[in-house]
Amino acid sequence: MYPEELRYAKSHEWTRVDGNVATIGITFHAQDEIQEVVYVELPEVGSIFTKGEEFGVIESVKAAFDLYAPISGEVVAINEGLEEHPEWINESPYEDGWMLQIQMSDPVELEDLMDAEAYRQMLDSGESL
Amino acid sequence: MQSTPLYQQHEALGARFTEFGGWTMPVQYSSIIEEHHTVRFRAGLFDLSHMGEVAVQGPQALEVVQQLITNDASRLRDGQVLYTPVCLPSGGILDDILVYRLGKESFLLVVNAANTAKDWQWIREVNSGRAVLENQSAATGLLALQGPKSADVLAELTPFDLDLLYYYECVQTDVAGVTILLSRTGYTGEDGFEIYVPVEKLQRLWHAIYEVLVRNQGLPVGLGARDTLRLEMGYALYGNELSESITPLEAGLAWTVAFHKPSFIGHEKLRQQAVAGVMRRLTGFEMVERGIARSHYPVYIGEKRVGEVTSGAPSPSLDKNIGMAYLPVSYRQPGNELEVEIHRRRRKATVVKIPFHPSSVRRRSHAI
Repeated sequence: MYPEELRYAKSHEWTRVDGNVATIGITFHAQDEIQEVVYVELPEVGSIFTKGEEFGVIESVKAAFDLYAPISGEVVAINEGLEEHPEWINESPYEDGWMLQIQMSDPVELEDLMDAEAYRQMLDSGESL
Repeated sequence: MQSTPLYQQHEALGARFTEFGGWTMPVQYSSIIEEHHTVRFRAGLFDLSHMGEVAVQGPQALEVVQQLITNDASRLRDGQVLYTPVCLPSGGILDDILVYRLGKESFLLVVNAANTAKDWQWIREVNSGRAVLENQSAATGLLALQGPKSADVLAELTPFDLDLLYYYECVQTDVAGVTILLSRTGYTGEDGFEIYVPVEKLQRLWHAIYEVLVRNQGLPVGLGARDTLRLEMGYALYGNELSESITPLEAGLAWTVAFHKPSFIGHEKLRQQAVAGVMRRLTGFEMVERGIARSHYPVYIGEKRVGEVTSGAPSPSLDKNIGMAYLPVSYRQPGNELEVEIHRRRRKATVVKIPFHPSSVRRRSHAI
Protein backbone atom coordinates (compact mmCIF):
# COMPACT_ATOMS: atom_id res chain seq x y z
CA MET A 1 0.00 0.00 0.00
CA TYR A 2 3.03 2.25 0.43
CA PRO A 3 5.54 1.64 -2.38
CA GLU A 4 9.18 1.67 -1.24
CA GLU A 5 10.39 3.87 -4.10
CA LEU A 6 8.17 6.81 -3.08
CA ARG A 7 8.75 9.59 -0.56
CA TYR A 8 5.93 10.67 1.75
CA ALA A 9 4.86 13.95 3.34
CA LYS A 10 3.17 14.27 6.73
CA SER A 11 0.18 15.73 4.90
CA HIS A 12 -0.20 12.39 3.04
CA GLU A 13 1.12 13.31 -0.42
CA TRP A 14 3.55 10.96 -2.13
CA THR A 15 6.41 12.00 -4.40
CA ARG A 16 8.04 9.94 -7.15
CA VAL A 17 11.34 11.40 -8.38
CA ASP A 18 12.61 11.04 -11.91
CA GLY A 19 15.64 13.22 -12.59
CA ASN A 20 14.62 16.71 -11.63
CA VAL A 21 10.88 16.11 -11.94
CA ALA A 22 8.72 14.99 -9.04
CA THR A 23 5.35 13.33 -9.65
CA ILE A 24 2.86 13.93 -6.82
CA GLY A 25 -0.32 12.28 -5.63
CA ILE A 26 -2.02 11.28 -2.39
CA THR A 27 -1.44 8.08 -0.48
CA PHE A 28 -3.61 5.00 -0.13
CA HIS A 29 -4.34 6.07 3.43
CA ALA A 30 -5.47 9.57 2.38
CA GLN A 31 -7.84 8.35 -0.35
CA ASP A 32 -9.22 5.75 2.06
CA GLU A 33 -9.93 8.40 4.68
CA ILE A 34 -11.55 10.71 2.13
CA GLN A 35 -13.50 7.82 0.53
CA GLU A 36 -15.21 8.45 -2.80
CA VAL A 37 -13.46 11.34 -4.49
CA VAL A 38 -15.99 13.28 -6.57
CA TYR A 39 -14.03 16.43 -7.38
CA VAL A 40 -10.41 17.49 -7.81
CA GLU A 41 -9.08 20.95 -8.38
CA LEU A 42 -5.50 21.24 -9.62
CA PRO A 43 -3.35 24.30 -10.42
CA GLU A 44 -2.45 25.42 -13.91
CA VAL A 45 0.74 24.32 -15.59
CA GLY A 46 3.34 27.03 -14.92
CA SER A 47 2.18 27.70 -11.35
CA ILE A 48 4.98 27.90 -8.82
CA PHE A 49 4.71 26.46 -5.32
CA THR A 50 6.93 26.42 -2.32
CA LYS A 51 7.06 23.38 -0.12
CA GLY A 52 4.07 23.17 2.21
CA GLU A 53 1.94 25.53 0.13
CA GLU A 54 -1.60 24.54 -0.81
CA PHE A 55 -1.74 23.46 -4.46
CA GLY A 56 -5.28 22.17 -4.81
CA VAL A 57 -8.37 20.61 -3.31
CA ILE A 58 -9.87 17.16 -3.35
CA GLU A 59 -13.47 16.55 -2.33
CA SER A 60 -15.77 13.73 -1.35
CA VAL A 61 -19.56 13.98 -1.16
CA LYS A 62 -19.21 15.18 2.40
CA ALA A 63 -16.08 17.31 2.67
CA ALA A 64 -13.17 19.15 1.06
CA PHE A 65 -9.50 18.41 1.79
CA ASP A 66 -6.57 20.69 0.96
CA LEU A 67 -3.56 19.39 -0.93
CA TYR A 68 -0.06 20.60 -0.04
CA ALA A 69 3.06 20.70 -2.19
CA PRO A 70 5.59 18.27 -0.70
CA ILE A 71 8.35 20.01 -2.64
CA SER A 72 9.06 23.44 -4.17
CA GLY A 73 9.06 24.10 -7.90
CA GLU A 74 7.08 24.77 -11.05
CA VAL A 75 4.15 22.68 -12.22
CA VAL A 76 5.08 21.17 -15.59
CA ALA A 77 2.13 18.81 -15.98
CA ILE A 78 -1.21 18.02 -14.36
CA ASN A 79 -3.32 14.88 -14.69
CA GLU A 80 -6.16 16.28 -16.79
CA GLY A 81 -8.01 12.97 -16.73
CA LEU A 82 -8.93 13.50 -13.09
CA GLU A 83 -11.48 16.19 -13.98
CA GLU A 84 -13.63 13.54 -15.67
CA HIS A 85 -12.42 10.64 -13.54
CA PRO A 86 -11.82 11.72 -9.95
CA GLU A 87 -12.46 8.08 -8.96
CA TRP A 88 -9.00 7.20 -10.33
CA ILE A 89 -7.61 8.60 -7.09
CA ASN A 90 -9.43 5.87 -5.16
CA GLU A 91 -8.90 3.13 -7.70
CA SER A 92 -5.23 3.78 -8.40
CA PRO A 93 -3.71 6.34 -6.02
CA TYR A 94 -0.10 5.75 -7.16
CA GLU A 95 -0.60 5.37 -10.92
CA ASP A 96 -3.74 6.67 -12.71
CA GLY A 97 -4.49 8.93 -9.74
CA TRP A 98 -1.31 11.01 -9.93
CA MET A 99 -1.98 14.75 -9.75
CA LEU A 100 1.01 16.93 -10.64
CA GLN A 101 4.50 16.92 -11.98
CA ILE A 102 6.77 19.55 -10.51
CA GLN A 103 10.13 20.67 -11.82
CA MET A 104 11.98 20.81 -8.50
CA SER A 105 13.72 24.05 -7.61
CA ASP A 106 15.42 22.62 -4.54
CA PRO A 107 15.78 18.82 -4.63
CA VAL A 108 17.53 18.89 -1.24
CA GLU A 109 14.00 19.25 0.19
CA LEU A 110 13.46 15.58 -0.64
CA GLU A 111 15.46 14.77 2.46
CA ASP A 112 12.65 16.19 4.59
CA LEU A 113 10.20 13.60 3.25
CA MET A 114 9.68 10.17 4.81
CA ASP A 115 10.46 6.80 3.33
CA ALA A 116 7.71 4.16 3.24
CA GLU A 117 8.76 2.67 6.57
CA ALA A 118 8.68 6.02 8.37
CA TYR A 119 5.30 6.87 6.82
CA ARG A 120 3.84 3.53 7.90
CA GLN A 121 5.12 4.18 11.40
CA MET A 122 3.50 7.60 11.42
CA LEU A 123 0.16 6.03 10.41
CA ASP A 124 0.51 3.33 13.05
CA SER A 125 1.06 6.00 15.67
CA GLY A 126 -2.45 7.25 14.89
CA GLU A 127 -1.84 10.33 12.75
CA SER A 128 -4.88 10.89 10.56
CA LEU A 129 -6.11 13.60 8.20
CA MET B 1 -20.58 11.17 23.23
CA GLN B 2 -23.66 8.93 23.07
CA SER B 3 -24.21 6.00 20.75
CA THR B 4 -27.33 3.99 19.90
CA PRO B 5 -27.89 0.36 20.96
CA LEU B 6 -27.10 -0.62 17.36
CA TYR B 7 -23.51 0.66 17.44
CA GLN B 8 -22.00 -2.84 17.26
CA GLN B 9 -24.27 -3.87 14.39
CA HIS B 10 -23.16 -0.79 12.46
CA GLU B 11 -19.53 -1.54 13.19
CA ALA B 12 -19.96 -5.15 12.04
CA LEU B 13 -21.48 -3.84 8.79
CA GLY B 14 -18.34 -1.79 8.16
CA ALA B 15 -19.81 1.60 9.06
CA ARG B 16 -17.70 4.71 9.31
CA PHE B 17 -18.87 6.97 12.08
CA THR B 18 -19.31 10.71 12.53
CA GLU B 19 -20.24 12.98 15.40
CA PHE B 20 -23.74 14.44 15.06
CA GLY B 21 -25.57 16.37 17.73
CA GLY B 22 -23.60 14.76 20.54
CA TRP B 23 -24.00 11.26 19.06
CA THR B 24 -21.66 8.89 17.27
CA MET B 25 -23.65 7.84 14.23
CA PRO B 26 -22.93 5.88 11.03
CA VAL B 27 -22.06 8.29 8.22
CA GLN B 28 -21.79 5.54 5.60
CA TYR B 29 -21.57 1.76 5.35
CA SER B 30 -20.48 1.16 1.76
CA SER B 31 -20.59 4.38 -0.25
CA ILE B 32 -22.62 7.54 0.21
CA ILE B 33 -23.42 7.66 -3.50
CA GLU B 34 -24.47 4.00 -3.65
CA GLU B 35 -26.58 4.35 -0.50
CA HIS B 36 -28.21 7.48 -1.94
CA HIS B 37 -29.21 5.72 -5.18
CA THR B 38 -30.39 2.68 -3.24
CA VAL B 39 -32.91 4.88 -1.40
CA ARG B 40 -34.05 6.55 -4.64
CA PHE B 41 -34.48 3.25 -6.51
CA ARG B 42 -34.94 0.47 -3.93
CA ALA B 43 -34.91 0.76 -0.13
CA GLY B 44 -32.57 1.85 2.64
CA LEU B 45 -32.60 1.32 6.40
CA PHE B 46 -31.51 4.09 8.76
CA ASP B 47 -30.85 3.99 12.51
CA LEU B 48 -32.24 7.30 13.81
CA SER B 49 -32.35 6.35 17.46
CA HIS B 50 -30.54 9.56 18.34
CA MET B 51 -33.77 11.52 17.75
CA GLY B 52 -35.69 12.63 20.84
CA GLU B 53 -39.29 11.77 21.77
CA VAL B 54 -41.48 13.63 24.26
CA ALA B 55 -44.97 12.41 25.19
CA VAL B 56 -47.59 15.06 26.05
CA GLN B 57 -50.73 13.64 27.61
CA GLY B 58 -53.83 14.58 29.53
CA PRO B 59 -56.92 16.79 29.13
CA GLN B 60 -54.74 19.86 28.50
CA ALA B 61 -52.28 18.15 26.14
CA LEU B 62 -53.68 19.74 22.97
CA GLU B 63 -53.70 23.18 24.54
CA VAL B 64 -50.01 22.84 25.51
CA VAL B 65 -49.01 21.51 22.09
CA GLN B 66 -50.91 24.35 20.38
CA GLN B 67 -49.05 26.91 22.44
CA LEU B 68 -45.68 25.32 21.67
CA ILE B 69 -46.00 24.93 17.91
CA THR B 70 -46.68 27.33 15.04
CA ASN B 71 -48.69 24.82 12.98
CA ASP B 72 -52.23 23.74 13.93
CA ALA B 73 -52.48 20.43 15.79
CA SER B 74 -56.25 20.87 16.25
CA ARG B 75 -56.60 19.79 12.60
CA LEU B 76 -55.15 16.36 13.44
CA ARG B 77 -57.26 13.26 13.88
CA ASP B 78 -56.00 10.22 15.74
CA GLY B 79 -53.29 8.63 13.60
CA GLN B 80 -52.16 11.80 11.86
CA VAL B 81 -48.77 13.48 11.93
CA LEU B 82 -47.83 17.14 11.56
CA TYR B 83 -44.54 18.85 10.71
CA THR B 84 -44.04 22.10 12.59
CA PRO B 85 -41.50 24.57 13.89
CA VAL B 86 -41.34 25.34 17.59
CA CYS B 87 -40.60 29.05 17.91
CA LEU B 88 -39.27 31.33 20.61
CA PRO B 89 -41.17 34.55 21.46
CA SER B 90 -38.72 36.24 19.03
CA GLY B 91 -40.08 34.12 16.17
CA GLY B 92 -36.73 32.34 15.87
CA ILE B 93 -36.89 28.57 15.48
CA LEU B 94 -36.08 26.59 18.62
CA ASP B 95 -36.50 23.31 16.72
CA ASP B 96 -38.47 21.71 13.92
CA ILE B 97 -40.43 18.67 15.04
CA LEU B 98 -43.09 16.11 14.19
CA VAL B 99 -46.30 15.98 16.22
CA TYR B 100 -48.07 12.60 16.33
CA ARG B 101 -51.66 12.53 17.50
CA LEU B 102 -51.98 9.11 19.12
CA GLY B 103 -55.25 9.92 20.85
CA LYS B 104 -57.47 12.84 21.77
CA GLU B 105 -55.35 13.48 24.85
CA SER B 106 -52.10 11.88 23.71
CA PHE B 107 -49.44 13.46 21.53
CA LEU B 108 -45.87 12.46 20.74
CA LEU B 109 -43.34 15.15 19.80
CA VAL B 110 -40.31 13.96 17.85
CA VAL B 111 -37.39 16.36 18.13
CA ASN B 112 -33.88 16.73 16.74
CA ALA B 113 -31.16 14.87 18.64
CA ALA B 114 -29.01 17.94 19.20
CA ASN B 115 -32.02 19.86 20.53
CA THR B 116 -33.52 17.23 22.81
CA ALA B 117 -32.17 18.70 26.05
CA LYS B 118 -33.12 22.31 25.33
CA ASP B 119 -36.51 21.29 23.92
CA TRP B 120 -37.28 19.22 27.00
CA GLN B 121 -36.46 22.17 29.23
CA TRP B 122 -38.54 24.53 27.08
CA ILE B 123 -41.53 22.18 26.90
CA ARG B 124 -41.56 21.76 30.68
CA GLU B 125 -41.37 25.50 31.18
CA VAL B 126 -44.22 26.22 28.76
CA ASN B 127 -46.28 23.35 30.12
CA SER B 128 -45.99 24.55 33.73
CA GLY B 129 -47.78 21.55 35.13
CA ARG B 130 -50.77 21.39 32.78
CA ALA B 131 -50.14 18.22 30.75
CA VAL B 132 -48.32 15.06 31.79
CA LEU B 133 -44.91 15.12 30.12
CA GLU B 134 -42.51 12.25 29.62
CA ASN B 135 -39.11 12.40 27.96
CA GLN B 136 -39.04 9.01 26.23
CA SER B 137 -35.88 9.68 24.22
CA ALA B 138 -33.63 7.21 26.03
CA ALA B 139 -36.25 4.46 25.99
CA THR B 140 -37.19 4.86 22.32
CA GLY B 141 -35.35 3.57 19.27
CA LEU B 142 -36.17 4.82 15.78
CA LEU B 143 -35.58 3.15 12.42
CA ALA B 144 -36.44 4.63 9.04
CA LEU B 145 -37.09 2.47 6.01
CA GLN B 146 -37.07 4.68 2.92
CA GLY B 147 -37.39 4.11 -0.81
CA PRO B 148 -39.88 2.83 -3.39
CA LYS B 149 -39.45 -0.77 -2.22
CA SER B 150 -39.85 -0.06 1.48
CA ALA B 151 -43.55 -1.02 1.51
CA ASP B 152 -42.69 -4.39 -0.08
CA VAL B 153 -40.03 -4.98 2.55
CA LEU B 154 -42.26 -4.01 5.44
CA ALA B 155 -45.26 -5.97 4.11
CA GLU B 156 -43.30 -9.17 4.72
CA LEU B 157 -42.99 -8.30 8.39
CA THR B 158 -46.32 -6.83 9.44
CA PRO B 159 -49.96 -7.99 9.49
CA PHE B 160 -51.05 -4.38 8.93
CA ASP B 161 -52.34 -3.50 5.44
CA LEU B 162 -49.89 -0.77 4.42
CA ASP B 163 -52.22 0.40 1.65
CA LEU B 164 -54.29 1.98 4.42
CA LEU B 165 -51.44 4.19 5.55
CA TYR B 166 -50.69 7.39 3.63
CA TYR B 167 -48.03 10.09 3.96
CA TYR B 168 -48.03 11.68 7.43
CA GLU B 169 -50.27 9.04 8.97
CA CYS B 170 -49.37 6.69 11.82
CA VAL B 171 -50.63 3.52 13.42
CA GLN B 172 -49.71 1.29 16.32
CA THR B 173 -49.06 -2.21 14.97
CA ASP B 174 -46.61 -5.11 14.95
CA VAL B 175 -43.47 -5.47 12.86
CA ALA B 176 -41.53 -8.73 13.21
CA GLY B 177 -43.63 -9.54 16.24
CA VAL B 178 -42.67 -6.32 18.00
CA THR B 179 -45.32 -3.76 18.92
CA ILE B 180 -44.25 -0.45 17.42
CA LEU B 181 -45.49 2.93 16.28
CA LEU B 182 -45.36 3.09 12.50
CA SER B 183 -45.67 6.24 10.40
CA ARG B 184 -45.46 6.90 6.69
CA THR B 185 -42.98 9.72 7.06
CA GLY B 186 -39.36 10.44 6.23
CA TYR B 187 -36.69 12.89 5.23
CA THR B 188 -35.73 11.60 1.79
CA GLY B 189 -38.59 12.56 -0.56
CA GLU B 190 -39.27 8.87 -1.23
CA ASP B 191 -42.10 6.72 -0.01
CA GLY B 192 -41.11 5.22 3.31
CA PHE B 193 -41.71 4.60 6.98
CA GLU B 194 -40.44 5.53 10.38
CA ILE B 195 -40.71 2.97 13.16
CA TYR B 196 -40.59 3.84 16.86
CA VAL B 197 -39.65 0.90 19.04
CA PRO B 198 -38.74 0.34 22.70
CA VAL B 199 -34.91 0.25 22.85
CA GLU B 200 -34.85 -3.26 24.26
CA LYS B 201 -36.53 -4.50 21.04
CA LEU B 202 -34.45 -2.35 18.69
CA GLN B 203 -31.84 -4.97 17.80
CA ARG B 204 -34.45 -7.62 17.10
CA LEU B 205 -36.35 -5.24 14.82
CA TRP B 206 -33.19 -4.09 13.00
CA HIS B 207 -32.16 -7.67 12.26
CA ALA B 208 -35.60 -8.68 11.04
CA ILE B 209 -35.88 -5.71 8.67
CA TYR B 210 -32.25 -5.97 7.56
CA GLU B 211 -32.72 -9.59 6.53
CA VAL B 212 -35.71 -8.80 4.27
CA LEU B 213 -34.05 -5.60 3.06
CA VAL B 214 -30.94 -7.29 1.66
CA ARG B 215 -33.09 -9.87 -0.13
CA ASN B 216 -34.71 -6.89 -1.86
CA GLN B 217 -31.36 -5.36 -2.84
CA GLY B 218 -31.64 -2.75 -0.12
CA LEU B 219 -28.82 -1.39 2.03
CA PRO B 220 -28.25 0.17 5.41
CA VAL B 221 -27.81 3.92 4.93
CA GLY B 222 -25.83 6.43 6.96
CA LEU B 223 -26.16 10.13 7.69
CA GLY B 224 -24.05 11.00 4.64
CA ALA B 225 -26.72 9.88 2.17
CA ARG B 226 -29.47 11.10 4.49
CA ASP B 227 -28.00 14.56 4.02
CA THR B 228 -27.75 14.42 0.20
CA LEU B 229 -31.26 12.93 -0.02
CA ARG B 230 -32.81 15.68 2.11
CA LEU B 231 -30.81 18.41 0.37
CA GLU B 232 -32.15 17.32 -3.05
CA MET B 233 -35.64 17.76 -1.61
CA GLY B 234 -34.79 21.21 -0.24
CA TYR B 235 -35.67 20.02 3.27
CA ALA B 236 -34.25 22.24 5.98
CA LEU B 237 -31.81 20.79 8.52
CA TYR B 238 -31.73 22.28 11.97
CA GLY B 239 -28.31 23.82 12.56
CA ASN B 240 -27.86 24.52 8.82
CA GLU B 241 -31.01 26.15 7.43
CA LEU B 242 -32.80 26.57 10.75
CA SER B 243 -31.69 28.27 13.95
CA GLU B 244 -32.93 30.52 16.71
CA SER B 245 -32.11 33.56 14.54
CA ILE B 246 -34.14 32.34 11.54
CA THR B 247 -37.94 32.48 11.40
CA PRO B 248 -40.22 29.97 9.64
CA LEU B 249 -41.25 32.70 7.20
CA GLU B 250 -37.66 33.19 6.13
CA ALA B 251 -37.08 29.43 5.91
CA GLY B 252 -39.92 28.90 3.41
CA LEU B 253 -42.07 27.35 6.12
CA ALA B 254 -44.93 29.89 6.02
CA TRP B 255 -47.25 26.94 5.36
CA THR B 256 -46.47 25.69 8.87
CA VAL B 257 -47.46 28.94 10.59
CA ALA B 258 -51.15 28.89 11.51
CA PHE B 259 -51.86 32.60 12.01
CA HIS B 260 -55.55 31.76 12.49
CA LYS B 261 -54.77 30.13 15.84
CA PRO B 262 -55.68 32.51 18.70
CA SER B 263 -52.15 32.39 20.04
CA PHE B 264 -48.91 30.46 20.08
CA ILE B 265 -45.38 31.31 21.09
CA GLY B 266 -43.87 33.61 18.46
CA HIS B 267 -47.27 34.60 17.04
CA GLU B 268 -46.82 38.34 17.53
CA LYS B 269 -43.32 38.61 16.03
CA LEU B 270 -44.19 36.35 13.12
CA ARG B 271 -47.34 38.36 12.37
CA GLN B 272 -45.30 41.55 12.39
CA GLN B 273 -42.79 39.98 10.02
CA ALA B 274 -45.57 38.69 7.77
CA VAL B 275 -47.04 42.20 7.55
CA ALA B 276 -43.71 43.96 7.05
CA GLY B 277 -42.47 41.27 4.67
CA VAL B 278 -39.37 39.15 5.06
CA MET B 279 -36.02 40.47 3.87
CA ARG B 280 -34.42 37.13 3.06
CA ARG B 281 -35.71 33.74 2.05
CA LEU B 282 -34.17 30.32 1.79
CA THR B 283 -33.28 29.79 -1.87
CA GLY B 284 -31.88 26.95 -3.93
CA PHE B 285 -29.01 27.28 -6.36
CA GLU B 286 -26.90 25.10 -8.58
CA MET B 287 -23.30 25.67 -9.53
CA VAL B 288 -22.63 26.79 -13.09
CA GLU B 289 -18.86 26.84 -12.81
CA ARG B 290 -16.83 23.99 -11.32
CA GLY B 291 -16.72 23.70 -7.55
CA ILE B 292 -18.77 22.35 -4.68
CA ALA B 293 -20.47 24.91 -2.43
CA ARG B 294 -20.37 23.95 1.24
CA SER B 295 -21.96 25.23 4.41
CA HIS B 296 -20.72 28.74 5.42
CA TYR B 297 -19.12 29.60 2.06
CA PRO B 298 -19.85 33.29 1.23
CA VAL B 299 -22.47 34.13 -1.39
CA TYR B 300 -22.26 37.24 -3.60
CA ILE B 301 -24.62 39.07 -5.89
CA GLY B 302 -22.35 41.20 -8.03
CA GLU B 303 -19.85 42.76 -5.64
CA LYS B 304 -22.13 42.54 -2.64
CA ARG B 305 -21.79 39.77 -0.12
CA VAL B 306 -25.40 38.78 0.60
CA GLY B 307 -25.04 35.78 2.85
CA GLU B 308 -23.62 32.33 3.08
CA VAL B 309 -24.36 28.82 1.97
CA THR B 310 -26.43 26.89 4.52
CA SER B 311 -25.97 23.47 2.90
CA GLY B 312 -24.22 22.39 -0.27
CA ALA B 313 -23.09 19.14 -1.82
CA PRO B 314 -22.78 17.23 -5.06
CA SER B 315 -26.24 15.86 -5.87
CA PRO B 316 -25.98 12.17 -6.77
CA SER B 317 -29.43 12.11 -8.42
CA LEU B 318 -28.94 15.25 -10.51
CA ASP B 319 -25.20 14.95 -11.07
CA LYS B 320 -24.87 18.67 -10.31
CA ASN B 321 -23.45 20.62 -7.41
CA ILE B 322 -26.36 22.14 -5.51
CA GLY B 323 -26.91 24.21 -2.40
CA MET B 324 -29.17 26.51 -0.43
CA ALA B 325 -28.64 30.02 0.94
CA TYR B 326 -30.66 32.89 2.37
CA LEU B 327 -31.02 35.49 -0.40
CA PRO B 328 -32.81 38.85 -0.59
CA VAL B 329 -36.44 38.12 -1.49
CA SER B 330 -36.21 40.31 -4.59
CA TYR B 331 -33.49 38.08 -5.99
CA ARG B 332 -35.11 34.66 -5.84
CA GLN B 333 -36.25 34.24 -9.47
CA PRO B 334 -34.86 31.07 -11.02
CA GLY B 335 -32.13 31.88 -13.50
CA ASN B 336 -30.71 34.79 -11.51
CA GLU B 337 -26.95 34.72 -11.24
CA LEU B 338 -24.99 34.64 -8.05
CA GLU B 339 -21.50 33.69 -7.02
CA VAL B 340 -20.20 31.41 -4.30
CA GLU B 341 -16.70 31.87 -2.95
CA ILE B 342 -15.12 28.43 -3.09
CA HIS B 343 -11.47 28.01 -2.12
CA ARG B 344 -10.82 31.77 -2.37
CA ARG B 345 -12.33 32.12 -5.85
CA ARG B 346 -15.83 33.27 -6.72
CA ARG B 347 -17.66 30.86 -8.98
CA LYS B 348 -20.90 31.35 -10.86
CA ALA B 349 -24.11 29.72 -9.70
CA THR B 350 -27.74 30.20 -10.68
CA VAL B 351 -30.95 30.34 -8.66
CA VAL B 352 -33.14 27.25 -9.12
CA LYS B 353 -36.45 26.12 -7.66
CA ILE B 354 -36.68 23.95 -4.58
CA PRO B 355 -37.11 20.97 -4.52
CA PHE B 356 -34.19 20.16 -6.76
CA HIS B 357 -35.57 16.64 -7.21
CA PRO B 358 -39.30 15.72 -7.38
CA SER B 359 -40.92 14.05 -4.39
CA SER B 360 -42.39 10.55 -4.62
CA VAL B 361 -44.25 10.35 -1.32
CA ARG B 362 -47.60 8.56 -1.09
CA ARG B 363 -50.10 11.33 -0.39
CA ARG B 364 -53.77 10.72 0.34
CA SER B 365 -55.46 12.36 -2.62
CA HIS B 366 -58.39 13.75 -0.65
CA ALA B 367 -59.45 14.20 2.93
CA ILE B 368 -61.57 11.50 4.49
